[in-house]
Amino acid sequence: MNYTNSELMVVAAARELDNDDSVLVGIGKPNLACNVAKRTHAPDLRMVYESGTIGSNPSSPPLSIGDPVLASGSVSIEPMRNSFNYHLQAGRLDVGFLGGAQIDKYGNINSTVIGDYDDPTVRLPGSGGACEIAGHVDRTLIVTPHSARRFPEAVDFVTSPGYVDGRRGREELGLSGGPEAVITDLAVCRFDDGGEMYVDALHPTTTREEVRAATGWEIPFADDYGRTSEPTDEEVRLIREELDPDGLYTDRE
Amino acid sequence: MRDAIGHGVSDGDSVCLAGFTHLIPFAAGHEIIRQEKRDLELIRATPDLVYDQLIAAGCARKATFSWAGNPGVGSLPAFRRAVEDGVPTELELEEYTHFGLIAALDAGASNLPFAPLRGFIGSDLPDHNDNIARIESPFDDDDVYAVAPIEPDVAVVRAQRADETGNAHLWGIQGEVKIAALAAETVVLAVEEICTERTIRSDPNRTVVTSDDVDYVVHDPYGSHPSYAQGYYGRDNDAYIEWAEVASDADRVEAWLDEWVYGVENRREYIEKLGVDRLLELEPDRDYATPVDMGAYR
Repeated sequence: MNYTNSELMVVAAARELDNDDSVLVGIGKPNLACNVAKRTHAPDLRMVYESGTIGSNPSSPPLSIGDPVLASGSVSIEPMRNSFNYHLQAGRLDVGFLGGAQIDKYGNINSTVIGDYDDPTVRLPGSGGACEIAGHVDRTLIVTPHSARRFPEAVDFVTSPGYVDGRRGREELGLSGGPEAVITDLAVCRFDDGGEMYVDALHPTTTREEVRAATGWEIPFADDYGRTSEPTDEEVRLIREELDPDGLYTDRE
Repeated sequence: MRDAIGHGVSDGDSVCLAGFTHLIPFAAGHEIIRQEKRDLELIRATPDLVYDQLIAAGCARKATFSWAGNPGVGSLPAFRRAVEDGVPTELELEEYTHFGLIAALDAGASNLPFAPLRGFIGSDLPDHNDNIARIESPFDDDDVYAVAPIEPDVAVVRAQRADETGNAHLWGIQGEVKIAALAAETVVLAVEEICTERTIRSDPNRTVVTSDDVDYVVHDPYGSHPSYAQGYYGRDNDAYIEWAEVASDADRVEAWLDEWVYGVENRREYIEKLGVDRLLELEPDRDYATPVDMGAYR
């Protein structure tokens, strides 16, 4: 089968989505994943963006979450106050996509600073809506490249909470939901009963050693860990011909 | 625009150039740079290129924000230089989440001492912002976060069209335009087209701000470029990508400002310099909304 790692990530993310989900989408791979899902197993998927567009149906890949193709043909456009208040905080959204510069073993995400907040080594963009997405949707999906730098045991700054210091830590804060899966270019990881990340499936050509080397702590593997299903011909065709013809997000030559 | 910025914005002011990717007031930002305003507090959920340009030009002392990046492209080089290295000036940060900042503007717009929200829970952000506090519900044992009101000295908001008094129609992504205008002391409204009051009154559901709240109305076609105005022109993505390269080098930033801001008299010259080919490339096909029947009642 001919596909890139990025295409595999997109398809793996698409398979996490159900037909009746309302999804807070992000730009790039999450947007592609939602569109793949919508055109295969989840035609009724409702795509919502931080910019307040509800039920977007973009005709071309949006380059930002405020792109005009997300507004045209959507079912509603809410002012930001309303979309965060009535839709996100009130619990009307099922799934949210997140990324970040650092993700730790409990799925906490840092998109604020590397180093000290007041004297940062690297200043990152900040939360945007990520903190609220992490707190208010039922399932967060994290799509990110896999490297030891990106996967430290503990993040420098918690921008968006995962399982905090374990599932109980999250419950004590009064937060439901939490990270469901971390989809990387090497594997699909999930979270155990205590809220710690483990490897659930390796991508078809990945070795255990590669994942170990690219993770900043001794990440456990499920006893019966599997292999990620390869994209189908139709999924690859959708991405290449319709959704990302220029290969902006799926790094094709 | 020259008069509106000249009279409306003073050194030291807190300024909100509103908009979420859509209808960003670039022309106003460039006019602020040309008039060499200093020590500004720049407020907006999503400071993007225009704030990066204001920071690079030395206009800013503080950024109040929730996501500082170049949408769809990457980071803001001038913002990062200011925060990481204090170049060209130190930049104080007051940082929120999107919902936190919008709620703070809403408190300002609503004349409330704070706004409650279920945000920030589990985040390290409240440790670094004194205007975020955890409060108990007066009615049960639930607790939430509160944010203090934000009331900008000046808001610049854009819309597609307005009548001469400042009743404005906006369609497409609305962002925080309305609450920014309601929260601010002085409001500059810039529009693609001036229309009749009759046009406004034909479709009152589309009105985002009314003349009572507007101090300056500016007819400012293409004033959002390289951002976009739904139905008028698209986002000039090449300009966003180009800024990422230009802004990575402080010397190139100076040259860029000399060419595109200081080197032009006003927005009209900027647009002429940009050229008709580029504008035509950004023009969308027409796609009208179905008219609604408001009915004629007597």
